[in-house]
Amino acid sequence: MALLEVNDLRVSFRTPDGIVQAVRGLSFDVDTGKTLGIVGESGSGKSVSTQTIMGLVRGARVSGTALFEGQDLLTMGSRDLQRVRGAEVGMIFQDPLSSLHPYYKVGWQIGEMIRQHDKSVSKSEARKRAVDLLRLVGIPQPDRRVDDYPHQFSGGMRQRAMIAMAMALNPKLLIADEPTTALDVTVQAQVLQVMKTLQEEFGTAIIMITHDLGVIADIADEVIVMYAGAVMERAGRRAIFYENHHPYTEGLLQSLPGYGDDRERLLPIPGSPPSLINLPSGCPFHPRCPYVMDRCKTDVPELAPVGGDVTHLSACWLPHDMDARNARRKDVIGHAEPAPAEALAGAEAAGGEA
Amino acid sequence: MARFLIRRILQGILVMWLVTVGVYLIFYIGPGPGAVARTLAGKSATPQVVAEVSHRLLLDRPIYVQYGHFLWLLLHGDLGYSFYHQQSVNSIIGAAFPITLSLVIGSAILWIVLGVLSGVLSAVRARSILDRTFTLLALIFYSMPTFVLGLLLLLVFYYELTIHGIHAFPGSGFTSITANPWQWFRGLILPWITLALVSAATYTRLTRGSMLDVMGEDYIRTARAKGMPERRVIFRHALRAALTPVVTQYGIDVGVLLGGAIITEVVFGMPGLGFTAVQAIQQQDLPVVIGVVIVAAAAVVLANIVVDALYAVLDPRVRLH
Ligand SMILES: Nc1ncnc2c1ncn2[C@@H]1O[C@H](COP(=O)(O)OP(=O)(O)O)[C@@H](O)[C@H]1O
Ligand code: SF4
Ligand SMILES: [Mg+2]
Repeated sequence: MALLEVNDLRVSFRTPDGIVQAVRGLSFDVDTGKTLGIVGESGSGKSVSTQTIMGLVRGARVSGTALFEGQDLLTMGSRDLQRVRGAEVGMIFQDPLSSLHPYYKVGWQIGEMIRQHDKSVSKSEARKRAVDLLRLVGIPQPDRRVDDYPHQFSGGMRQRAMIAMAMALNPKLLIADEPTTALDVTVQAQVLQVMKTLQEEFGTAIIMITHDLGVIADIADEVIVMYAGAVMERAGRRAIFYENHHPYTEGLLQSLPGYGDDRERLLPIPGSPPSLINLPSGCPFHPRCPYVMDRCKTDVPELAPVGGDVTHLSACWLPHDMDARNARRKDVIGHAEPAPAEALAGAEAAGGEA
Repeated sequence: MARFLIRRILQGILVMWLVTVGVYLIFYIGPGPGAVARTLAGKSATPQVVAEVSHRLLLDRPIYVQYGHFLWLLLHGDLGYSFYHQQSVNSIIGAAFPITLSLVIGSAILWIVLGVLSGVLSAVRARSILDRTFTLLALIFYSMPTFVLGLLLLLVFYYELTIHGIHAFPGSGFTSITANPWQWFRGLILPWITLALVSAATYTRLTRGSMLDVMGEDYIRTARAKGMPERRVIFRHALRAALTPVVTQYGIDVGVLLGGAIITEVVFGMPGLGFTAVQAIQQQDLPVVIGVVIVAAAAVVLANIVVDALYAVLDPRVRLH
């Protein structure tokens, strides 16, 4: 049994303009100690889906199941869910400055959570543990910094503090929603390193949400690629980079800056994500897809194995045989390989082991 | 921070000085030479008395000497002499101020509790029946003139009860807390409620809006993600941040009222600062009018400085810069 099994999650919002279908039948699992990457352009439903699972989305219509150690988080009572939040599942968010309370000291905010879940911990013990946690995530002079307010920290330190807080109770799962997006590149790498180190030490599973394939290359074991609230492709990290099937995945890779030389090769996906109120018929990606066929405009492609590999799924009408798929790639975009080589090299170099 | 406060205090002193200049110009220079002394001495005063008053206030000397004298006395805490009451203005204000203070402190506690609690409930249950009820009540009390509410309360709780033989509340007046605490309390209940209800409405709306803003902040999501119970999220995390604009408004409102809650005092016949000022104007008792104006201005200036200091206490981002 996977640690977290999400099945056919659907989330919609009623708005004055119509019903926003933010998540449309999302399914995935996360295994203990592994990292699942969720990638997709902004607005593809990454945050709404994970926050819905944790009961943090208000005013939405939700269906499906999200089994955490076999218990459905979506139907769990609020008391039980409060026990899971923080203690079993830690969360960190995109903007660490706005995510920390501006009026409370960093150490107090960490200690508050420790004491909420373990009433036997005294205030001074909680503070001591906050100091240790800040040290663990690499904050210099933690015994002094513990009494600082968030605005006295740098961006990278704030995110480290958020990680310290999320990891304080040694949760089984850490959901990181674009944790490095607001940080500059060198700090990004350090923060990811902290997460990887903690993961190795404590065996924490991670859901890493990002729109940056560089981050995926760095940390993910498995990857799901989301578009318009649904999974377009799901595969191991290597397959995403070297044997991707879905044109949307390919588009994301082509828009990755080739770290270093030749920045002109950067090719953004033309057009913009669809309205979630009036979704395109057929394949949701068809208005922007260079491979679009007649069938794509009318029939919705289901997730299906690529090349007979059940761990690699793609929701696309292109041939699921990789040789035939690559032949089409060559016809349409002039590359036989899945993506520009320099972009991949850059992403993989950032990721360390290949 | 200290520097900021010192600057605000200096600004406050400047404002107070401008107030004294303004008051002096309006009340002493405006009416023209001779008029002031005649007014002060009273209608039936003989020319000798008028001349004596004129001499005592240095009204027969150049303007800058007159003003200098006025300011000099003020700086020594001397607000002048009321010829009408044959009493120093200090003692008149000294008697009136505790009454206003009793009224304002009690109602301020009531209205901040009522306003903040109803505002929080409204925000947490936004668009519920409860929220709509509070909104409606706030609107009613906000648009109801203070004297209407005061008279209404008097009608029901004083007049109606009294003719049925129940003497629950006095109809007017004030008993000092040192003379009889129970009478003091009883006499203040209706004025407190009046002033609190008309003021609370603003706080309900202010707190509701501020809470709704804060509840959408990322750090509230973090608090929930940490597993904090909803009650703690609302009061410890959201309200803490939402209170800053409320406290600012509160300081200023309390400051303004400390200069005299005129209508409430008049309706309930409480001889506080506001009542005293109205009476002094009718009696053309200039020194008392000036005294109340200066005390009221000082209360507002002081309230502003206190609010600035509170701001720093409440928000560490202000404190440390
Ligand atoms: N409360 C809400 N009401 C209406 N629409 C919402 C709400 N929250 C999110 N959405 C919409 O859901 C879609 C998915 O948002 P999100 O999950 O934040 O995207 P991502 O995290 O992938 O960038 C967006 O189009 C967003 O506008
Ligand atoms: S189904 Fe058609 S439109 Fe959709 S991604 Fe595949 S080829 Fe493109
Ligand atoms: Mg997001």
